[in-house]
Amino acid sequence: MSIEAKEEFRPKIVAFCCNWCSYAGADLAGSSRLAYPADVKIIRVPCSCRVNPMFILRAFEKGADGVILCGCHPGDCHYSTGNYYARRRMTLLFSMLDYLGVENGRTRVEWVSAAEGVKFSTTMNEFVEKIYSLGKNVRLGDLRCRQ
Amino acid sequence: MYKIAKENLSALFQKIAESQELYLPIENCGQVNYGVWTEDADVNLDVLKTVKSPKDAFFPQSENLYTVKRTGKKLSVEPEALKEQKFVVFGMKACDVQGVEVLDKVFLAEPVDTFYRARREHGTIVAMACHEPEETCFCKVFGIDCADPKADVATWMVDGQLCWKALTEKGEALTETVKELLTEDAAMDEKVEAEKATIHSITEQLPYMALSLEGWGGDALDAKFNSPLWEELHKPCLACGTCTFVCPTCQCYDIKDYDTGHGVSRYRCWDSCMYSDFTMMAHGNNRTSQMQRYRQRFMHKLVYFPANNDGMFSCVGCGRCVEKCPQSLNIVKVIKAFANQGGENA
Amino acid sequence: MQAIIDRAKELLADGTVARVLGWKAGDLPYNPEPAYFEKEEDFKDFVYNGFCGANLSKLMIEACKLEGKTMVCLKPCDTYSFNQLLSEHRIDREKAYIVGVGCKGKLDIERMRKMGIKGIKSISGAEMTDDCETLTIQTIYGEKTCKYADAMLERCHVCKGKEHKIYDEIIGESKDTQDAERFAEVERIEAMSPEEKFAYFQKELSKCIRCNACRNACPACSCRKCVFDSTKFDSAQKANVDSFEEKMFHIIRAFHVAGRCTDCGECSRVCPQGIPLHLFNRKFIKDIDEFYGEYQAGEEVVEKGPLTSYTFEDVEPGIVAERG
Repeated sequence: MSIEAKEEFRPKIVAFCCNWCSYAGADLAGSSRLAYPADVKIIRVPCSCRVNPMFILRAFEKGADGVILCGCHPGDCHYSTGNYYARRRMTLLFSMLDYLGVENGRTRVEWVSAAEGVKFSTTMNEFVEKIYSLGKNVRLGDLRCRQ
Repeated sequence: MYKIAKENLSALFQKIAESQELYLPIENCGQVNYGVWTEDADVNLDVLKTVKSPKDAFFPQSENLYTVKRTGKKLSVEPEALKEQKFVVFGMKACDVQGVEVLDKVFLAEPVDTFYRARREHGTIVAMACHEPEETCFCKVFGIDCADPKADVATWMVDGQLCWKALTEKGEALTETVKELLTEDAAMDEKVEAEKATIHSITEQLPYMALSLEGWGGDALDAKFNSPLWEELHKPCLACGTCTFVCPTCQCYDIKDYDTGHGVSRYRCWDSCMYSDFTMMAHGNNRTSQMQRYRQRFMHKLVYFPANNDGMFSCVGCGRCVEKCPQSLNIVKVIKAFANQGGENA
Repeated sequence: MQAIIDRAKELLADGTVARVLGWKAGDLPYNPEPAYFEKEEDFKDFVYNGFCGANLSKLMIEACKLEGKTMVCLKPCDTYSFNQLLSEHRIDREKAYIVGVGCKGKLDIERMRKMGIKGIKSISGAEMTDDCETLTIQTIYGEKTCKYADAMLERCHVCKGKEHKIYDEIIGESKDTQDAERFAEVERIEAMSPEEKFAYFQKELSKCIRCNACRNACPACSCRKCVFDSTKFDSAQKANVDSFEEKMFHIIRAFHVAGRCTDCGECSRVCPQGIPLHLFNRKFIKDIDEFYGEYQAGEEVVEKGPLTSYTFEDVEPGIVAERG
């Protein structure tokens, strides 16, 4: 424990990005040489509505300190309506996590289009900042996953 | 016989906990279950039946068996250490003590379960007579006397005094460590006898105590297994595991791997024969309908187990399943249903 | 009770139904079990009293697969579950003959035990007649009494009303037993600090033994194969290994029925550890009401529920942080 305490806290952040908009947005951020912290690990999903609440909880369980979901702007979904469903689901899930006493800054949804490389990078920078300020996620992780 | 006033029990618990772990009934959010004693634990010795049986102390609901860690390209396997500290389980009822005897038959028979054996060797059981048995109790049916528990130490609560009597070497040893808090009082012997008589007179009045096990046992296999009654009896069953998880004798478990991200922890956890994935194998499941699963539970307790263990039933009549089944199904109803059917056919 | 039996026998005799789904008297005064009745002589065990709390709607999924119609006894709150199952095409309306049975609140034996009532020999006052204000319990340890309302299940204190939402006929009077605010407890928790909330649920959920009774009793949990039974799903399904497993199970369980949960209260009724599981479901119901408009699942048969529909103007998930 003592060794760990001396180590600088590096958050683990999982970003679920929709294939059609946000993942392309991340690509654009990269090709435009916009920086965002390496703490963000992107998982590509076909649509924001592919993300089921279990994905988010499992990310936390396995040691994530923050989870962000990025999808197409409402109205722009590649499958027309996927993100509308995702919006309702995530609203309810985040509200439930808040109800259980999990700091609500640890979860976030952001709509990022393929043209918004800048937004992608600023969003990620902000989110990572936020997670740094919240510190390690101790409320949702599985003890066995801690080193 | 020793005694200690009820109000001094916390001092007794503190004394025991100084040298070893102490499990006893603790109330948490309105429910009483066995747990480890701490200074601020809400001990409740008045509740007759804890929700879960105390079998956790010897056979925990989940326990790690070994952990595999990955560092770079190397894997290291760390087996879980066996229990090395002594511990005391305080307040076990006669039925639960018998429940441990049933577990012994399973886990101490070859091949011995070393995790269980280590706990069994290090555990001292302080049993407590049932002051006020309830209508769901039927321990007498299995030859258990709830007024006279057989354990390392037997205790009775009489007139605000806990009467303490060591019955085994382990019990004597525990008595030595707490002797300063106990007072010897030969007069209590008589009072304990009176308490036993009172308890016996109560058990006489309990509706389930006269249940007959006639027709059950190791020889009843074919007749019971093929009975059409199961088809009727299982219908309301929800296939939840409540009965198996509150039971003091259910001993089935599953072994699973958990991916920790940096290795694997292999653990075992209680399993329930009521579940659709119980004993799932590569070819699928050997019991494919809920009727078969339902039948399995009672056949195991009343037929298979006695067949393999010199007639010992693996039910102790604690009545927890009677109290807790969401649909009010239970082993008593099964036994009665078969008795009635036998009567009609004869 | 006799009226139900008479009508059931009539329906069986004239061939309208092939079987009756009701409750069979148990061997103790308080443990009737759900049962099928097919023959006239079976009805000697038929019972309907204050202890018939079990919601029979879910059993209709299996009953609808059988030949012929099933007469099912539904209490007012059970009819919501029935409607919901109809909405989801899990049961067939044509296969059911619904007798709406009167309900004046159902009893919770656990609450009576908490009052120190034990060694029960008989209970009078649970027969659901008009003057059932007090229960008189004969026990080995003497006669005890308690108010009917004090022994009621939690769900009956927030009764949704005495109306049956779907039925073929109604037998018996019902009473609205509501005497508490449905969302009061949820609001109390919402007002806590994150630390308090976390501690509260941690303590309650630490009792969970993963018996799955809440899931299996739930009329909305009707998947043929549950995600928690999947052998491909590596998370421990039956182990109470540490604090997180239970939380994940209970969040997901409540989430999977969000927008479909009628708040029938079966989960809390069946929990052997007395965990107030309805607090999860009710939180979702409260949020759905607030964000997407008042909605009561099972009020009527619907095409789409709140989580299978949307509007362009829905609130953003950020609302959770904004409202503080």
